Amino acid sequence: MDSILLQILNGLDKGSAYALIALGLTLIFGTLGVVNFAHGAIFMIGAFTAVTFSKLLSLSFITLDPEKKNFLGQPLEIKTAYVVDWFGPTVGNGLIDWAVPLSILFSIPIMLFVGYAMERGLIKHFYHRPHADQILVTFGLAIVLQEIIKSFFGANPIPTPAPEMFRGSIDLGVLVGFAENAIIYPYWRLIYFLFSALVIGGVFAFLQFTTFGMVVRAGMADRETVGLLGINIDRRFTIMFGIAAAVAGLAGVMYAPINSPNYHMGMDFLVLSFVVVVVGGMGSLAGAVAAGFLLGILESFASMNEIKSILPGIDQIIIYLIAIIILLTRPRGLMGRKGVMEE
Amino acid sequence: MLGLDKRDTLLLIIVSVLAILGPFILNPFPSNSALAQFNAGYPDLMQRFVIFGILAIGFNILFGLTGYLSFGHAAFLGVGSYSAVWMFKLLSMNILPAIILAVVVAAVFSVVIGYISLRRSGIYFSILTLAFAQMSYNLAYSVLTPITNGETGLQVYTDDPQYLMGPNSSTVTNLFGLEMRTTHSLDLGGWEFHFNVGYYFCVVMLLLTFYLSVRIFRSPFGLMLKAIKTNQTRLNYTGINTRPYALTAFVISGAYAGLAGGLLAAMDPLAGPERMQWTASGEVVIMTILGGAGTLIGPVLGAGAIKYLENIFSKINENVLQDWFSFLPHDVQEVVVWIFARFTGEGWHLTLGLMFMLVIIFLPGGLVEGSQRIMRLVGIGKAKGKSSGQGEDDEHHPKATPHVAE
Amino acid sequence: MGILEVKNVSKRFGGLQALGDVNLSVNENTVHAIIGPNGAGKSTLLNCFVGKLIPDTGSVMFNGISLLGRKPHEINQLGVSRVFQTPEIFSDLTVFENVMIPCFATRDGAFRMNAINSMTAETSIIEKAEKMLLDVNMQDKRNMHAASLSRGDKRRLEMAMCLSQDPKLLLLDEPTAGMARADTNNTIDLLKEIKATRDITMAIIEHDMHVVFSLAERITVMAQGTPIVEDIPENIKGHPKVQEAYLGTAH
Repeated sequence: MDSILLQILNGLDKGSAYALIALGLTLIFGTLGVVNFAHGAIFMIGAFTAVTFSKLLSLSFITLDPEKKNFLGQPLEIKTAYVVDWFGPTVGNGLIDWAVPLSILFSIPIMLFVGYAMERGLIKHFYHRPHADQILVTFGLAIVLQEIIKSFFGANPIPTPAPEMFRGSIDLGVLVGFAENAIIYPYWRLIYFLFSALVIGGVFAFLQFTTFGMVVRAGMADRETVGLLGINIDRRFTIMFGIAAAVAGLAGVMYAPINSPNYHMGMDFLVLSFVVVVVGGMGSLAGAVAAGFLLGILESFASMNEIKSILPGIDQIIIYLIAIIILLTRPRGLMGRKGVMEE
Repeated sequence: MLGLDKRDTLLLIIVSVLAILGPFILNPFPSNSALAQFNAGYPDLMQRFVIFGILAIGFNILFGLTGYLSFGHAAFLGVGSYSAVWMFKLLSMNILPAIILAVVVAAVFSVVIGYISLRRSGIYFSILTLAFAQMSYNLAYSVLTPITNGETGLQVYTDDPQYLMGPNSSTVTNLFGLEMRTTHSLDLGGWEFHFNVGYYFCVVMLLLTFYLSVRIFRSPFGLMLKAIKTNQTRLNYTGINTRPYALTAFVISGAYAGLAGGLLAAMDPLAGPERMQWTASGEVVIMTILGGAGTLIGPVLGAGAIKYLENIFSKINENVLQDWFSFLPHDVQEVVVWIFARFTGEGWHLTLGLMFMLVIIFLPGGLVEGSQRIMRLVGIGKAKGKSSGQGEDDEHHPKATPHVAE
Repeated sequence: MGILEVKNVSKRFGGLQALGDVNLSVNENTVHAIIGPNGAGKSTLLNCFVGKLIPDTGSVMFNGISLLGRKPHEINQLGVSRVFQTPEIFSDLTVFENVMIPCFATRDGAFRMNAINSMTAETSIIEKAEKMLLDVNMQDKRNMHAASLSRGDKRRLEMAMCLSQDPKLLLLDEPTAGMARADTNNTIDLLKEIKATRDITMAIIEHDMHVVFSLAERITVMAQGTPIVEDIPENIKGHPKVQEAYLGTAH
């Protein structure tokens, strides 16, 4: 029982990332009818805004301490971060420590802008081109974005730790009445899950309860009719693209402490997120979220030794296998609507 | 000739001549001149031009004709390579059984993957093929290690059985004793040209596969494939069962990829999982589109252009750049070198991505369309167009072939 | 016994009864029109003939063969062709290639691996396609891309494609929808000519009464998923049930 719970928990953090990326992908499919292969790159850029922000915070100047000598006998160089110098050690070091959560604030406007620029600068010219062209041009964009990041940050993963107080683990098992040390779960993963739930809830609430959201939902159902009502649906869809980018970006920011960001993390997640979208059903927001968590958890179960000993390698392919089965048996996915992306 | 009309025969002849004269055309600069770094007439590089040309021709039969965008074609390439290396391990270093098995196994794989994937179309098809390829890649890395040798890659060891290996058999890849690595070099003044057996074997394969693709393009079968791309509904209501047509195209193109994979192994008896990664599939897509999807010559041009540029751009590292811009004042030089270094050497993929985006945005027909536009500007296209007057033949233009040489 | 026999066909989409117990018989060599107000179920019924929809109950027999559960291409191979509301043609191909494809389909069946024969060697197909273009008077547009044709020409091309298969039954789904008066009249003339020169049965779904009464030899009026009247055109005009169906019962 406790091992099952542990696997579910282990699947939650990856599942959250899948769900957030797939949610953004679906918003873009549903509203703009565009297949965005660059969405993984947005996730990656999000993670790198966290990297950049924490690097900026730890920018330092060097002073020489004539009292102390280094091993060569020269005065010791002391690095002091500017923020420490400006705000004093308590606040300064605190800021550096909290770089990742703080970069959420910093990344929202950046990601909104990235999404906005992408839609206005490129995607909008592809609304009336075939889906194959949309896939191809966004695939090209994904390559370009990841290579730009690579050329600035290098090919190696950059460790970006969570704040000190969240680095440990929590014994969740004790809380729900299991034996001690049965279910040890890192704090940050728990935070990641809660954060994702918050973002997902926020997006749904936004679509459900605001006029803007209502128009967008109507547009997803029937774009032409809403257009006929004289509502400028295009402008709203552009904003929607920005929001989708922000969601993926935030998923990336918060993911940085879980897996040190590298330039190809976007591509890695993209393929899986597409599979998630297909399993959930193209155009279904709830489907994308549900499938994201479901696949994350199934993947985690498949990597249990008990299961791997019966079906070797199943952890490597489970997600794809499920996608293939779903696509063949329920072509519209778990919760898909009729007629989305179908000829 | 050979059942082709005049224009197609001419095209075939031009491709043959360019391929046969490849060692000359690709080495236009004397070997000790500063421009020698732009030469590409090295056996292994020339082999890759041709092999990726075959891969792209095959991909084009699927994507160019039927419009089904497969994002998993590298899986067949990888499967072909693995099968070929296994033949080397089990039989001997003769490449004939290796290549035959590579084609057969890749075709069998593509029957299975195609049968399932083609039940859906559009974006769903792309994602299904992508899922299959990623599955193959992940499996090759993990549980299939006994067959694929995992991350290290599959290679031939001295203690492999090699049942057909006689005491005098060659220990490098060969065709009945004719060793693929054999290279004759020709010194002419400052120029040096390399004639490699493996390259010419690949050329023979290229010409065969190119000829087959021309025949397919001009056949009723090819017409049906084009019809699938433009209107499946009408085709169904015209009494055509589209699925076996699309599946046949898929299998042919999978077998082409298997052949390419087998040839890669025949030139260098190695096979690794990275050959199956989806970015490798993406590269085939890029080649075909850059050259011109749905045209005969486009994929060959695209493959050549990308492999050539990859070679050149990767060679230009910061030292080379510093050398080039040494005439500039030091600080300016640093800046210029820094900027250029983003796009060359390690940054080649950035250039590739940008190039690909520009092509999709401005030139969806690829190099072939580009050269047609240029011809029309210069006025040659007009005269040509009038004399032939055939809409269907506009898709390729024999004059476009000089790009192969670049 | 008609060439097309529809018995007790019904079809439900969720809560909507699209067709309820439809019985219909189309006689050989007649032009049979199916009319009715929007939402009467005409298109749903047509889709049940061609294999796009499978009815919940009932049977559809063509020449004594059940069409239910057959795919569109199988039904076409039995001798049923369909003209769509918006012409469905191969826009990226030339007009001539458009006409060749149905010729191949008729000769070679649903699938034939014909990858090595050169197109230029297919003389019988070429001759047949040439003749077809001549019949619809489009031989001068032979090498044009189908996408660049006018709407009327696209309709003619689609008609030529269907006729080149010598269908026994031609289904027409609002063949003049969205056409200008002149184009509509041309289409009527074309259909009349086809009818006069061939042994062919036509079933037409149409809104335009001018078209219906110029062509039809029998008319079925549908309302709310069921046929309410079937008769010759003279008796349909002014029939009280028909007026009720079109003007609505809510006075």
